Amino acid sequence: MKVLVAVKRVIDYNVKIRVKADHSDVDLTNVKMAMNPFCEIAVEEAVRLKEKGVATEIVAVTVGPKAAQEQLRTALALGADRAIHVATDERVESLAVAKLLKQVVDVEQPQLVILGKQAIDTDNNQTGQMLAALTGWGQGTFASKVDVQEGTVNVTREIDGGLQTVALKLPAVVTTDLRLNEPRYAKLPDIMKAKKKPLETKTPEELGVDIASKVTQLQVETPAERKGGIKVGSVDELVDKLKNEAKVIS
Amino acid sequence: MSILILADHHDGHLSGATAHVVAAAQQIGGGDIDLLVAGQDVQGVAEQAAKLDGVARVRVADHAAYAHQLAEPLADLLVRLADGYSHVLASSSTTGKNVLPRLAALKDVAAISDILDVVSTDTFKRPIYAGNAIATVQSADPLKVLTVRSTAFDAISESGNASIEMVDVAVDNSLSSFVDEQLEQSERPELGAARVVISGGRGMGNGENFKLLDGIADKLGAAIGASRAAVDAGFVPNDMQVGQTGKIVAPELYIAVGISGAIQHLAGMKDSKVIVAINKDEEAPIFQVADYGLVGDLFQILPELEQKL
Ligand SMILES: Cc1cc2nc3c(=O)[nH]c(=O)nc-3n(C[C@H](O)[C@H](O)[C@H](O)COP(=O)(O)OP(=O)(O)OC[C@H]3O[C@@H](n4cnc5c(N)ncnc54)[C@H](O)[C@@H]3O)c2cc1C
Ligand SMILES: Nc1ncnc2c1ncn2[C@@H]1O[C@H](COP(=O)(O)O)[C@@H](O)[C@H]1O
Repeated sequence: MKVLVAVKRVIDYNVKIRVKADHSDVDLTNVKMAMNPFCEIAVEEAVRLKEKGVATEIVAVTVGPKAAQEQLRTALALGADRAIHVATDERVESLAVAKLLKQVVDVEQPQLVILGKQAIDTDNNQTGQMLAALTGWGQGTFASKVDVQEGTVNVTREIDGGLQTVALKLPAVVTTDLRLNEPRYAKLPDIMKAKKKPLETKTPEELGVDIASKVTQLQVETPAERKGGIKVGSVDELVDKLKNEAKVIS
Repeated sequence: MSILILADHHDGHLSGATAHVVAAAQQIGGGDIDLLVAGQDVQGVAEQAAKLDGVARVRVADHAAYAHQLAEPLADLLVRLADGYSHVLASSSTTGKNVLPRLAALKDVAAISDILDVVSTDTFKRPIYAGNAIATVQSADPLKVLTVRSTAFDAISESGNASIEMVDVAVDNSLSSFVDEQLEQSERPELGAARVVISGGRGMGNGENFKLLDGIADKLGAAIGASRAAVDAGFVPNDMQVGQTGKIVAPELYIAVGISGAIQHLAGMKDSKVIVAINKDEEAPIFQVADYGLVGDLFQILPELEQKL
């Protein structure tokens, strides 16, 4: 079966961000960018499905600027067969990404679409659920285990109280949680080979999707900085401070 | 226009988060606030929900299709009920996050995740980049679909007496079915609602050592949490993870033990009122946010702390 994987280019998770002086947005100039960690897990899961003989072809897709092709090349190096770049310099909200992915799904007809559960820039946690709604498919979000069977996929989900397993009719949408797998690193020969793998570019106009959002970002602020406190020298001092200064225990 | 809230519940109990979501709805204002309780055999939950102040009606969809809170039938149900509401809200629980974006896409509107402040009926604040920035966003959509960070709103009290009405909407769901569930049983308070949280990190060394936190948690009535590293290492189950991609907590007192203080962990606990850090590395970043830091070996400190509390 064919598997589609959605990957997003985001700020590297180790980078501490700064807000622009005019409060219009976060400042991304000269900031290290990378594949969203949850998308790395999505790619890894697709590759494992292929290694198990379950998946036959993996198509990686991204929506974003030209530079996002780097993340597609990474996906290709990790084992994706083809890539699709939906090119735009606009900021694209989750609903519009889901609509673009829906168009790609209509053409590619995958049996499974794997996305990250959350992009670590917007922290939205929406796109997979929205794509599932638009395709009319079932959704297995926050997956820590994916087990493809004949015509169905069993997805174990990380929920607040523990774990829940659901069975979804294929085709279906899965979003990855951190414990689904441990992504591998791309090897140098594979990085070289990835340069020759097919990467096609489309625009939102070609896909017939209006990406304008009804949600406007008015302002971005830095949250109130928490000031470090003091170091205490002993357990006795700690207990005393908590009782008599902070008054949070009695 | 009025507001519909999808109530969170499990095992016949209304979750504490719902009272915080009602508070957010009151700040949005406008018209009536209705609560939807969807599930199977949820009459008891509906009665608990009816006590929440400020709720006009509790609407109850009691049907096998809604058991286990699967997203596909719940979103379909909400689509059928959403007409006449200007806002649909749920807490940022795994159910809210699973269901509301699906509803939003079915209604062709945006979803706004994890709001922590209401500026006006259409303008909200929400954290981005693991809470290292706060965005103010305005929605021009006819229906606003919002998940609410419950720790950011004070719970409303429970002296109300809302009416309870059954909604008779059956949806069929051929897309998904429930297989099984492994829920962690704990006598301790819910992480999101506890007054005190004590969390262990990779420094705990193994799962057995988490017992060192038990006695302290007993004395303080605390919930026990963990860093991702502790969960990944298999010390404790995933539902204990605090952080950007785990649970968000904001207790009166948060005690971080053997946790370095990565931004992803801080994202989940830095709004706690008082933070205590216990770590043997005096350079650990957790000390930059801690009100009281104690440098030392947790294996010596924890038994002593338990004894002196
Ligand atoms: C996309 C993404 C999402 C993430 N989401 C989360 C999240 O939600 N929550 C989360 O927590 N992390 C998250 N992480 C992981 C995060 O980046 C850190 O790796 C993690 O928080 C580290 O956990 P830790 O502090 O327990 O471990 P470490 O960083 O290894 O720190 C262990 C600490 O224990 C101390 N220690 C060791 N032994 C002792 C001793 N005997 N006595 C006292 N102190 C001792 C050490 O000095 C050290 O500071 C995420 C990462 C990514 C990429
Ligand atoms: N611009 C994008 N291009 C490709 N995939 C995306 C994009 N935005 C979001 N996604 C996918 O949706 C997941 C969840 O993102 P979000 O809902 O924005 O938090 C990501 O991990 C990706 O798999």
